[in-house]
Amino acid sequence: MSLTDLTVAEAGAKLRDGEASSVDLLDSILDRASMTEAQVHAYLTIDREGAHEAAGKADADLADGIDRGPLHGIPIALKDNMCTRGVETTASSQILAGYVPPYDATVVQKLRDAGAVIVGKTNLDEFAMGSSTENSAYGATFNPWDIGRIPGGSSGGSAAVVAAGSAFAALGSDTGGSIRQPASLTGVVGLKPTYGTVSRYGLIAFASSLDQIGPLAKSVEDAALILEAIWGHDPLDATSFSGAYPDPGAGLDRGVGGLRIGVVEELAGEGYEEAVETGVASMVSQLSDAGAEIVEVSLPTFEIALSAYYLIAPAEASANLARFDGIRYGHRAEGATTEELMARTRGEGFGPEVIRRILLGTYALSAGYYDAFYGQAQKVRAAIQEDFARAYESVDVLVSPTSPTVAFEVGARTEDPLAMYLSDICTIPSNLSGHPGISIPIGVDGQGLPIGFQVMAPALGEEVLFQAAAEVERLAAFSDKPELAEVAS
Amino acid sequence: MSWEAVIGIEVHVELTTDSKMFCGCAVSFGDPPNTNICPTCLGLPGALPVPNRVAIESIMAVGLAFNCEVSPRSVFHRKNYFYADLPKNYQISQFDIPVCHDGYLDVTVDGETRRIGIERAHMEEDTGKSTHLGDGGRIHAAESTLLDFNRSGVPLVEIVSRPDIRSAAESRAYAQELRSIVAELGVSDARLEEGSIRFDANISIRPEGVETLGTKVEVKNMNSFRSLERAVDYEIARQISVVEGGAEMIQETRHWDEEADVTHSMRTKEGLSDYRFFTEPDLVPMVMSDGWIEEVRATLPELPAARRASYEAHGLESDLAEVLSAAPKELRNIYYEAISDGAAPKAVANWLTGEVTAWLRRNEADPADMSLTGPHLGELIAMVEDGTVSSSAAKDVLQGVLEGEGNPRTVAESRDLVQISDTGALEEAVLGVLGENPDAVESYRGGEKKVVGFLVGQVMRATQGKADPKMVNQILTEKLEG
Repeated sequence: MSLTDLTVAEAGAKLRDGEASSVDLLDSILDRASMTEAQVHAYLTIDREGAHEAAGKADADLADGIDRGPLHGIPIALKDNMCTRGVETTASSQILAGYVPPYDATVVQKLRDAGAVIVGKTNLDEFAMGSSTENSAYGATFNPWDIGRIPGGSSGGSAAVVAAGSAFAALGSDTGGSIRQPASLTGVVGLKPTYGTVSRYGLIAFASSLDQIGPLAKSVEDAALILEAIWGHDPLDATSFSGAYPDPGAGLDRGVGGLRIGVVEELAGEGYEEAVETGVASMVSQLSDAGAEIVEVSLPTFEIALSAYYLIAPAEASANLARFDGIRYGHRAEGATTEELMARTRGEGFGPEVIRRILLGTYALSAGYYDAFYGQAQKVRAAIQEDFARAYESVDVLVSPTSPTVAFEVGARTEDPLAMYLSDICTIPSNLSGHPGISIPIGVDGQGLPIGFQVMAPALGEEVLFQAAAEVERLAAFSDKPELAEVAS
Repeated sequence: MSWEAVIGIEVHVELTTDSKMFCGCAVSFGDPPNTNICPTCLGLPGALPVPNRVAIESIMAVGLAFNCEVSPRSVFHRKNYFYADLPKNYQISQFDIPVCHDGYLDVTVDGETRRIGIERAHMEEDTGKSTHLGDGGRIHAAESTLLDFNRSGVPLVEIVSRPDIRSAAESRAYAQELRSIVAELGVSDARLEEGSIRFDANISIRPEGVETLGTKVEVKNMNSFRSLERAVDYEIARQISVVEGGAEMIQETRHWDEEADVTHSMRTKEGLSDYRFFTEPDLVPMVMSDGWIEEVRATLPELPAARRASYEAHGLESDLAEVLSAAPKELRNIYYEAISDGAAPKAVANWLTGEVTAWLRRNEADPADMSLTGPHLGELIAMVEDGTVSSSAAKDVLQGVLEGEGNPRTVAESRDLVQISDTGALEEAVLGVLGENPDAVESYRGGEKKVVGFLVGQVMRATQGKADPKMVNQILTEKLEG
């Protein structure tokens, strides 16, 4: 077994047994990346120097008896919308080409404090807007399971490095499913924690009320270990939760005996691939066999969640992305006046999907349209929260497919934004409610492409979420790995 | 036709908190450009705002001072517009739920007091500062523009009056009263010339007796109370002549030109600007509990209007009460010390607003460094009353006290200003003068009684002004009649 196949927990054990050093782990990752990157193109930046320095320090610290916990010495990748001091951060946009932040995002600082080794920055849909990682100014990322297919998005780069073994784990961000959907399409675990539990300070905002950082990992346990390292109250984020946090690892071995599991009726039927539906149904019956009580639950507002999302997220984005004007940083176009300079900078610097969403959001907030669009969408959001609350009166967790389909072919949906937007139909409700959701791989379809299973829980319900997810992982016993050709770059 | 002016005033007050509204950068004026900046106030990708508690307490204090309601829950909004010195290209401001609403300010012009409604006071952040280089500093022809973000994110309170103001004089009185309250609260430098308090006026006219509002014009760039008054006067006259000339008023923003004494059109507002306000998702609603509001209320100082009222209750005329209420805090403290010592309020107030203020001005002295105390002033007034010093000598005694020579009695003695009220010494002086002026004595006895004034003057001269003139007069009359 190669080092790159290890989970975070296993690699940590090897480090402490003295069987491998952090530098060994890093070198194995970098070797693997030199083979996989030519096919997958998941990294935008690999910080060899910084990573080697951090790995060396992790080894020295461990030798001195300083152990910073489960992530100590573990090479981890970051989605390129998280600011890293001294390392280029682009959000996959031309407008931020060459931009080097002067500060670390809170999650980056927390990873460093936990002894993690930051390998590099992964590709995404520009400003996290997309579901395929094709909307990147620096080229698409491909799915390690089939490089003719997309890895999902927008955290497609982070999903792909974990699937391909070119990082032990990665952080992504999830605004409408951007962690869970690519995790599903690449056969890894992806978690969106409760809104407000992981600081957004230093995350380049897409839609502030929906964005949440979370881990992509090889196992449910790894996801819990990373979550514990990155979450917690942050005085730099006014929306950060300051109360008592749950213990995500507490119920990992508890099983699902007596747990009430709700199957969401609305997340099935037309548009769902048969293999996905069969896989999910089979997992539900295994959960039932394992002692869970299965309840069919209807959340009617889920039918209109997508429409509300595509008003709220672009509206917030239209303001969040206004700062990219060429005045203080990033790309700058020439212009005879300040207005012309700004307009040209933005016209040149943003890709078509970003421009589409800025226009959509600007329109939704405009005088005379606000009530019909943005105002209405906020009402739908409140109704979705009520629907969830009602459902959680009778169940502990909700389950559904993570994505209606397995990974689709490169280019299949680029010309049809609506088809692309439907990729997130199962994941968007949790963003609108602020609740946690996790995707766990449960098998492959007839073409050998991974299928993901989503578990959702109420706000701060991470303990029961992980309890159920761990059982799903045990029942699925999914151990397939993508087979990439041995091509050196 | 006779016209009525309808005026509303918007005031921006820059708070002097230690740190900015949404980050930890220092609020400091006059520092080298771009030295008090961080990812948040520069609008760097990923940076987030965190509200400043002291700034929120300051706006609560402002609202309470203006008799406003403090909202139990208040929300920040984003106001979207592109401008080079607005780093995020949106301003964090407030929209439909401001921190304070529905207050008022009583304003007196020519003895008539009117209540001006205050619609709201809300919290927002200031922008950076643009300096246009080349072509006289105007934006359109500038060769380049320098941006300084030290001011970016400085907390601003915007106070919006209702359209209750009816004249230029009232506009000025409102602005002055508002400024003095803000200064008194200590939440801002409130200096017009430095722009830490800025006034914009919304002006329209309508025929007398009509209730509906006319087309309003916003006038900006008044940097003194005098220019505010003149700009409002000018604009009212301009609007009347436009309408009487048969033309339509257009809704626009006009710029007051201090040199030319006129307003110029800046931009025409085609309906309302669309700022696409929406709730700031990076911030949670502010919750102002009753307990917190009361805590802030307890810190409010006595405000000028309340002070005026209590001075009048002490028996001061309204003019004197007005002047004293606007005097520096140190003088007002002396006032209270002296009257609680038993001194007559009116005499104390006259000394403080007259001689003491004049001395401070002459010497460019800071009242905080003054060696005069309330008991000193009480003592000085008592010395005048009991004839120890004459009222003219008392001014010299005060000067000595202010110059640190000691208490009034010590100064009167060391400067040799104590009145001679010893009958024997005065008699001696009187007899001397009578002996030297036989002609005057002759005239008096011949019926020319007014010559006594000349003789009193001679005695005062002989005693170097220290004699008590009343006693001199009395003794002289006795001797001449006798």
